[in-house]
Amino acid sequence: MQIKESSEVYDVIIVGSGAGGGMATKQLADAGFNVAVVEAGPYFDPADPKTMTQMKWPYESPRRGAGTDRAFGEWDMSWGDWEVEGEPYTQEEGTNFKWWRSRMLGGRTNHWGRISLRFGPKDFKGKTRDGLGEDWPIGYDDVKPYYDKVDKLIGVFGTNEGLENDPDGFFLPPPKPRLHELFYINGAKKSGIPVIPSRMSMLTKKINKDRGVCFYCGQCSRSCSVYADFSSGSCLIFPAQKSGGKVRIYVNSMVREVTTNEEGKATGVSYISKDDRKEYKLKARVVVLAASACSSARILLNSKSKQHPNGLGNSSDHVGKYLHDSTGASAAGFIPGLMNRDTSYNEDGVGGMHVYSPWWGDNSKLDFPRGYHIEVWGGMGQPNYGFGWDANAFNEFFGTKVGGYGDTLRDDVKKYYGAVVGFGGRGEGIALKENYCEIDPTTVDKFGIPVLKFNYQWSDYEKNQAKHMQDTFEELIHNMGGHQIWGGKPGKESDYGLHAPGEIIHEVGTTRMGDDPKTSVTNKFNQLHDVDNVFIVDAGPFVSQADKNCTWTILALSWRASDYIIEQLKAQNI
Amino acid sequence: MDRRKSLQTMILGGAAASTGLVFNSCKTETIDEAVAESSAKYFGRTPEELERIEKLNAEELFNAHEIETIAALSVVILPPKEPHGGPLEAGVPELVEFMGKDIPTMAPTLLGGLMWLDHKSNTEYGVEFKSATLEQKKQICDEICWHDTKISMDKQALEIQFFYMMRGLTLTGYYTSKVGIADLGYKGNQPNVWDGVPQEVLDKHGVAYDPEWIAKCVDQSKRGIIAEWDDKGNLLT
Repeated sequence: MQIKESSEVYDVIIVGSGAGGGMATKQLADAGFNVAVVEAGPYFDPADPKTMTQMKWPYESPRRGAGTDRAFGEWDMSWGDWEVEGEPYTQEEGTNFKWWRSRMLGGRTNHWGRISLRFGPKDFKGKTRDGLGEDWPIGYDDVKPYYDKVDKLIGVFGTNEGLENDPDGFFLPPPKPRLHELFYINGAKKSGIPVIPSRMSMLTKKINKDRGVCFYCGQCSRSCSVYADFSSGSCLIFPAQKSGGKVRIYVNSMVREVTTNEEGKATGVSYISKDDRKEYKLKARVVVLAASACSSARILLNSKSKQHPNGLGNSSDHVGKYLHDSTGASAAGFIPGLMNRDTSYNEDGVGGMHVYSPWWGDNSKLDFPRGYHIEVWGGMGQPNYGFGWDANAFNEFFGTKVGGYGDTLRDDVKKYYGAVVGFGGRGEGIALKENYCEIDPTTVDKFGIPVLKFNYQWSDYEKNQAKHMQDTFEELIHNMGGHQIWGGKPGKESDYGLHAPGEIIHEVGTTRMGDDPKTSVTNKFNQLHDVDNVFIVDAGPFVSQADKNCTWTILALSWRASDYIIEQLKAQNI
Repeated sequence: MDRRKSLQTMILGGAAASTGLVFNSCKTETIDEAVAESSAKYFGRTPEELERIEKLNAEELFNAHEIETIAALSVVILPPKEPHGGPLEAGVPELVEFMGKDIPTMAPTLLGGLMWLDHKSNTEYGVEFKSATLEQKKQICDEICWHDTKISMDKQALEIQFFYMMRGLTLTGYYTSKVGIADLGYKGNQPNVWDGVPQEVLDKHGVAYDPEWIAKCVDQSKRGIIAEWDDKGNLLT
């Protein structure tokens, strides 16, 4: 079979259309370059009624929203989850990494939580703080101008609080707290835990003429049809096209490798079309990988040539190393003070929390490095499959019987509706060389491309952090006058409920940036040390994760890298 | 539900229209036409997902007698009540059938439990469960509707597991239906402008808004005005 080669030479090929790819598309197309975006999944527009799940009712589905086909429930706007049909990944024995992939234009930005936190000054200098991991080759001041621009371009609500490591920004005003969030604020206050308005990328106020304003359906995970939340397609790629940019989108196109010439420079990519299962080649002056931290590492490792026998950009042998996800542990409490809710009003709010707790601890007094923030959930949400299942399980807290049948179950359901508050601790794990992904030469996906094998184990740092989360949650539930549910507080035997690596879906670090080509994959402009016309603008170049979510930093660094690419292309340096 | 109508409501809804949720008429038409074209059963499925649903729908898990037994049990578990009906109006038997196929591990418990019900009813009263009197049905249910919450469900007797599953499916089926959502009183899933918890609700639960906090929150009368900031990030509009 002959590989079909296109004669057109693009200025830039961007592999992947999530946060990093979308931002690069917007910046490079706006600068007048001819851009090809290569996406492994199909086209997706949140406004398309055929695929839209926003405003659907559970009874429109025969399974009432159950998560049989989509791991986060059938309204969740992610095509693909921990498993993608025909695209396996493998594990080193005794380890367990979970890898979420969204195969669609816009990728995971279509369903993400929209928690949009800047890294703070300390987050770029972890090693200086505690000797662990590595410092970034850049600092907050390098990224700040880009965070500012991202805030203004995309929109994020929040408040300027003047906190040292949770920097201020250009915020839209936040929504008022819901009832359970007031209970949380009061509970946290008793323990001296700070609570501030959350920082999320939904438009509580108009930001431009093209995007709608939030109408408070609470369904951002379904991707907003009026573009009132940030998704890469609706907020970056479509606007880039609309303003006249030369953007050619190749969908259902699974990139196999970056192609190179005799000098070892990148010439483009080869991809498998999912439509006809044939291999094609695209040519470009610059290749930008934004396929996600692990997918980009996979592409590099699979791009072996005479000039790059260890995989592209991998002379350091660091591609795939230092893989790390956020830590995560969860708990929930039944709060009697929230019983017998008045259902006369709609409290869907924005999709997710209106308040949260940034990290407050002093590590010199703790047995773990770094920190975590607390996400809060609860309220009178839309019933879906599973709702009412254990209608009167909380009777046990009043010494009355659990179970039975009859009309009283109606009263039980209403009595307990909206009386649960849940917590998610999301923190920083330490980037370790021993945690990595590599190519598994024994296994290929259905396109014949060798797959990734993961090898990742939490250290005591993360386990101790999870223990602290659980102790904190217990205290918060107590402060709120509640009872812990879900079988009580997890202990040492279950690593304090620490989620398996990958489960928080913040995986970063596989192509980390640095000044030394021997210990890093890209330089501080996300450019491969080994090949100057290849850039990585997903979370691969992250040196450390911080106790923040990674998207806002992906966007800022992708914009920064794009500015550098524009400069270098104009100067004809690449 | 008339989806076309609901989308129009979403677009033209009073609260939305008066508070800056602006749609141009061109967009309204596009959405409307596309909705009219799309199949009523599509509810945002991918073609692969829709295919799987159709495949499951074409399979039969329960025979007519079993479906009738499921229906009979469901109305004992949650008796219908005016004005919001009960499990049958909520489509509970259909949900049980679908989930038994969608999550195949549920099927043996459901099928076995139904056999147990009839065996028990025949043994005790000489009649199949569905034809037993309400009193007889209740006596059977009374034996299996409680469980030791200290022991995990999969360690309990089949009939206990069965009843637990059927009660769960009945309640979840009812409260995810149109009638059940009305019974619950859930007011969401429609465009609105969130402006905080009503005062009487705050009072009822003994909490209050901190004025300093509220001062930072969105002024919903200005939500339609494009945001502008000064150099320090203070919102000007």
